[in-house]
This record gives sequence, structure tokens and C-alpha cells, in this order.
Amino acid sequence: MPTAGPRAYLDHAATTPLRPEALEAMLPLLTDGFGNPSGAHAESRRARVALDDARDRIAELLGAGPGEVVLTSGGTEADDLAVNGGWEAVAAARPDGPPPALVCAAMEHHAVLRACRSLAARSGAELREVRSTPDGLVDLDALAAACGPDVGLVSVMTVNNEIGTVQALHEVARIVARSAPTAVLHTDAVQAVPWLDVVAATRPAALVSVSGHKFGGPKGSGALVVRDGARVRARIEGGGQERGRRSGTPNVAGAAGTAAALDAATAGRGTEVARVTALRDRLADGLLAALPGTVETGRREDRVAGILHLRVPGVASEAAVVLLDEAGVAASAGAACSSGAVEPSHVLESMGLDRVEASSGLRFSLGVTTSGQDVDHALAVVPGVLDRLRD
Amino acid sequence: MRWPSSPVSSTDCETEPVRVLVAMSGGVDSSVAAALLVEELGTDRVVGATLKLWGGESDSGCCSVADVDDARRVADQLGIVHHVFNFSDDFEAHVVDPYVAGHAVGRTPNPCIECNRHVKFDRLLDRADALGFDAVATGHHARSVRDADGSWRLLRGADPAKDQSYVLAMLGQAQLARSLFPVGAMTKADVRAAAAALRLRTASKPDSQDVCFIRSDAGRAGFLGDRVPLHAGRLVDHDSGADLGEVAAVELVTVGQRRGMGHGTDGRRRFVTSVDVAARRVTIGPPEASYATAAALDTVAWTDGRPEGGADGFAALAQCSAHGVPVACTVADDGAGGLAVTFAAPQRRVAPGQTVALYDPARPDAVVGSGVVR
Repeated sequence: MPTAGPRAYLDHAATTPLRPEALEAMLPLLTDGFGNPSGAHAESRRARVALDDARDRIAELLGAGPGEVVLTSGGTEADDLAVNGGWEAVAAARPDGPPPALVCAAMEHHAVLRACRSLAARSGAELREVRSTPDGLVDLDALAAACGPDVGLVSVMTVNNEIGTVQALHEVARIVARSAPTAVLHTDAVQAVPWLDVVAATRPAALVSVSGHKFGGPKGSGALVVRDGARVRARIEGGGQERGRRSGTPNVAGAAGTAAALDAATAGRGTEVARVTALRDRLADGLLAALPGTVETGRREDRVAGILHLRVPGVASEAAVVLLDEAGVAASAGAACSSGAVEPSHVLESMGLDRVEASSGLRFSLGVTTSGQDVDHALAVVPGVLDRLRD
Repeated sequence: MRWPSSPVSSTDCETEPVRVLVAMSGGVDSSVAAALLVEELGTDRVVGATLKLWGGESDSGCCSVADVDDARRVADQLGIVHHVFNFSDDFEAHVVDPYVAGHAVGRTPNPCIECNRHVKFDRLLDRADALGFDAVATGHHARSVRDADGSWRLLRGADPAKDQSYVLAMLGQAQLARSLFPVGAMTKADVRAAAAALRLRTASKPDSQDVCFIRSDAGRAGFLGDRVPLHAGRLVDHDSGADLGEVAAVELVTVGQRRGMGHGTDGRRRFVTSVDVAARRVTIGPPEASYATAAALDTVAWTDGRPEGGADGFAALAQCSAHGVPVACTVADDGAGGLAVTFAAPQRRVAPGQTVALYDPARPDAVVGSGVVR
């Protein structure tokens, strides 16, 4: 298999390498500290302490109390619990009348979008998907029009995973409070953690999803914050773990790794944002100069530091990522389905772009391990590859 | 392990090293095609690709995640890179939509042929070009060889029972020059034996059946019924014009069809002789009424240009279905850009939309071209 030559991993929004702090926190719990935290013996107590410590740290770093953190298998499960479990709790409190309506941004990650669509189809609830502006922000006028007293749940992501735009969540919350006062507000903050003050950014949401592997934690570990006063109906029943909101033996090592990664990411955020912004801007400016006609999606001031999304006219992103891979650059063509095939981006379509444009997007996402050499390598090879495809 | 023939040596490529993109469906033929290429070229010069053609967001039916997984795992076992290309837009526009539209007007298109014409040997070849590959390989049972004059010939696969030259009969020089069919020289039994010897997970996978995008549980009626209105119609006797009863959906009946048409008063089986969707009428008759001595073709494609022939046309062998028996015919221009095929002996009428593949009488294994019945 051809693997020679330097490689630049620029797909941190897909997943990140495990931080050393996370690995260090996890290893003892994968070996000696293997106990089931629900038991009544020393092995269990050790695991219980580790789990409680992890939950305390995750809660604190997300601006929540320990009782407000439901540990999950990742961001998708957190979103699923928020959308379905959050909506069901609201619906149970409104036994009369039609099923409460759902509102979500059309640019939501599929974990939210498909959960909403499936719930709407199953329950008969109306789903209103709110379009985006050409700048990749949820259209607040359209959101206001979609919100009314019949709405039971609103879901708007903190940061878009494909294009990196930071949504005006506080303004969203004001609109919801004004027009849909009994609705519960959920935000998928999976892409926010490494880049934003996530406590401040997500404060107005009652339900907040995060995923460990997006910020140096392990895959298979995430959390849903369920703020005091909000309720979720369990999606997984069983032993009643997580205060009955998510049964199943807890992933103790995963929680510890996620907590350690969250700690490290939060502590280093200030310097990392400045460092990565500079790298990202250098990459963006270099590629835009080398590839006339290329469009950078979303204004830089609206985006997190780590994500650069480009649309290169005449280039099918599916072909581009293959050639970039051969040239030693790991980038993303947007959303991939379970088979690995690239679908036209629903995020770009939500901004009013057509299917051809929605198939020409390329995402370069940077992270804590991205160096100036990675950017140098990308600047050296990406223009040639994309130019070749444009011919 | 020794292979019956080298899949690549016959390409006579002028520039080395050759890089080949092998289309891997997750079936045994394309798995072995990839294995043969790896044996010949090494792992650095072969890349596998699975086409996502249908299925939308569902994992059922064809192009399923299970098939993609099989292809990926075989590629991994062979040590080659594997990609998935999403050509579902083209597949829908060039294969599925025309299939549905054809049935709605009483035609019976062949989706495999249209997929080869528009997707595998057009879009995929373009993608391969863009990615710097010299050729695309597939698991089809056919052979491409280069004649002394430098032109390419498409020959039947070595296994008569599995020959797929019929569904490739639209390929011209431009496609053949960049296409490889590594298993075309092997029998199906050899292919399975090779897969088993290499312990490929696809070694005993059943052959694909029928139209790939139609799920067996819903069938053609369910698929078409979801997409176009189906109309009940009258069954009419070919000779007398007598009304023989009702047919549930005119759009689902094909010229030449025997199934469900019963027997006449003479005790002989009845065949569909014509389908008129607009008039909601299906005509049936005895075997001799379902025969024709001519077929009119359009969408004509030549392997290497139109063969020489006099004003009366040229002699050829016509094959009217995937595993039909070739019959002698003459082929003449019809003056409207199409072809008039005259069979030496009457043939079961070929349904509009079906393809007639033409072979060389002097070299009966060699395709000369094809056309679609008007």
C-alpha cells in the first residue's frame, strides 16, 4: 500500500488523536481498575470513584452540576437522547392537543436531523427545518417564524461540523423564550469544545451534547447535559444507571479519558485558538491565492479556529479527497454515509447552494497536533491536486 | 498460483507503470479480478473502488453496506487502497429514470446495459482519468484483445454460460482501450476456485440476480408502482381481435412474454405480441404470431466503426438477450440514423427497449456493435 512521504492530518473535525493526558487517565481503568462501578466491593468502589471524579470534572468544565451530566456512548447518542427523550418528556407534560412540534436547523448534524425526521414521522409531530443564510448561519428570521407555542423542542447546533460557523445560540434562546416559551432548547456542542468557552456559549441551552473524541478523548464516550428543570425520557432501559436516564454499565475508562481531555483542552484553549487561527489563516490565504475562483465558506470571524471549508468550482470533492490522500493530505469531502460514499452536503444545500456546488466542498480541519509543517505540506501539494481535477 | 492468462499483458500499454482502478462490487468476479491485477502489477498500482449507485440512505437492496464491506475487506486482504464513489445521481438519471419512463410507455429497457454505457464505462472512466489511472478493470466475463492493426476487439468470455459480452456490446475503441476484464479468460468455476484458494471472503457468495435496484420482496410491480401509475388493460387476441379478459397492469407486460398469458383454444401457449400502454391493450397470440423477421434499432454503437457492406447491408450474428442464441442476419442503415436488422429465420419478437448485440460471422466470438430496439 502506498504510504511513503510526509502526511498532514487535517481532519480533526472527524476525529482527533488521543491526548496523552487521556491515555494516562484511561490505562489504569482498562487494567487493574476494571471494576463495575455498581457493585459493593473494593473493585467496584475503585471504579466508582474514578467515574464520580470524571463526572465531576466533565460537569464543572461544561458549567453543569454532576447530577446534570448523563454519560453516553458519544455525540450521536447524546443527540438522540436529547431529541427523542427531551421531546417525549415535553409531550408527556402536554397530554392534550397535537404532538408538540419540532424545530431544528437544516444544517444540523445527521445525528440531530435524522433523529428529528424519524421522530416526526413516528409521532406525527410537525418538524420545521430552518434554512441557513448564505454565510452559513441559521436564519434567525426563519427561526422566529418557525417558533410558536406549539413547539416542544428546538435544536440548534453550537458550531457547524462541516463549515465551522458559530451559531448565535444566545439570540436563538431569546427567540425561543419569546415565541416558544415552553419548548426545551437543545444544542449539539460537539464541535465547540476545543475552540469556544463552552460554558458561556451553551449556557442558554437546557440540553447540551458533547463527544470525547472531538477534543482528544476516546471514541465511544460522550455526554448530554440535562440542566436542572429539564427532563429526558430514557432511550435505553435496564439497570437504571445515570439516574435512570441511560442504562448500561458505564464506560469508566472512557469517561475518565474524556474528562482528562476536556480538562487539557479547556486549559490550553486560549493559546491553542490563537496558534491554530494563525495556521488556519495561512492555509486559507495560501489556497485562495493559488486557486482562483475558490470560495471560502462562512466568514472567518463567524468560524471556529480549526475549520477551513472551501468550495472549488469544477472539482468533485469525492475525487479530490482521493488524490489528496495519495498526496499525503487527509481532508474531508463533507458528510459520508455508512458505506463511505460521499453525499452532497445538506449543510451547503441549507445555504441555498445547488447539488453540484454542494458536492464541491472540501474541509480542512486543524487541531492540537497540527503544526506549521502540516500547513506547509498542504500548501505545497493541495493546489496542484485541485488544479489537476479542474482541467 | 498460475492464472490462465495475464490480465494486463494484452493491454500493450506504451507508458509504464500502469495504474489500474478496479471496480469492486463485493462479488466474487470483481474480487478475483482485483486479485489477478495485484498478482500482475503489485499492490501499489491497483486501487479498488466500489460504486454507490442506489439505495439512498437505506442499507437494503443493492449497493448495500454489506456489499461495500465485502469489497473493502477483500481490498484490505489484497493490500490495496479502496474507495467508495457515489455515482447515484448518474445512476438515477441514466438508468433508473429511463427504466421507469420506458415501462410507462410499454418499453423494456435493459438497466445493466445502460449502467455500463453511462456509469461504469463513462463516469467511472472519467473519474479514473481524473485520478491518474490508465485503465478501469471490472469483473465482467468478456475479453478485450488488441488486433495486429492496433484496434481493440471485444470477445465473448471464456465461459459460455457466464459470457457477458452482450451487456458490453456498446463499448467502442475509446472505452476498450482503457478497460480490462481480468476474469474474462476464466470459467466461473475457475474464478470461484481462485477465490477459494486465496481465501477471499466472497468466494462462495451467490451470483447477483435480476435488476440490482429492485428489491426481491417488492418486485418489479412494487418498484414501478411506487413511481408511475399502473393501468389495468384488456387482453386482446392477435388474430381475431377478440377481448380475452383483463390484465392487471399494462406497464408490467413485455413483448414476447409467455408467463401468465395462458393457452389458446388450440391448446398452445400464448405470447405477448404487442403492448399499447396508451390504449391499455395487450395483444397475445400463438407462437408464430410472436415471431418477427426484422428489428429496427437505434442508439447504435460500434466496437470499431460500422463494418463494410454493400447497399443491402452486412452480414452479422444477432443476439437478442443476455443469453440468447445468436442468429444470422443482415444489417442495413435505415436512413434515419438507425439500423434495420433482417433475420435469416423468424425470431421471437424483441421487446422495444431491449438491446440487440451484433457479432462477426467470420469470428463469432467478436462483438461488432449493438443497438436498442425502437
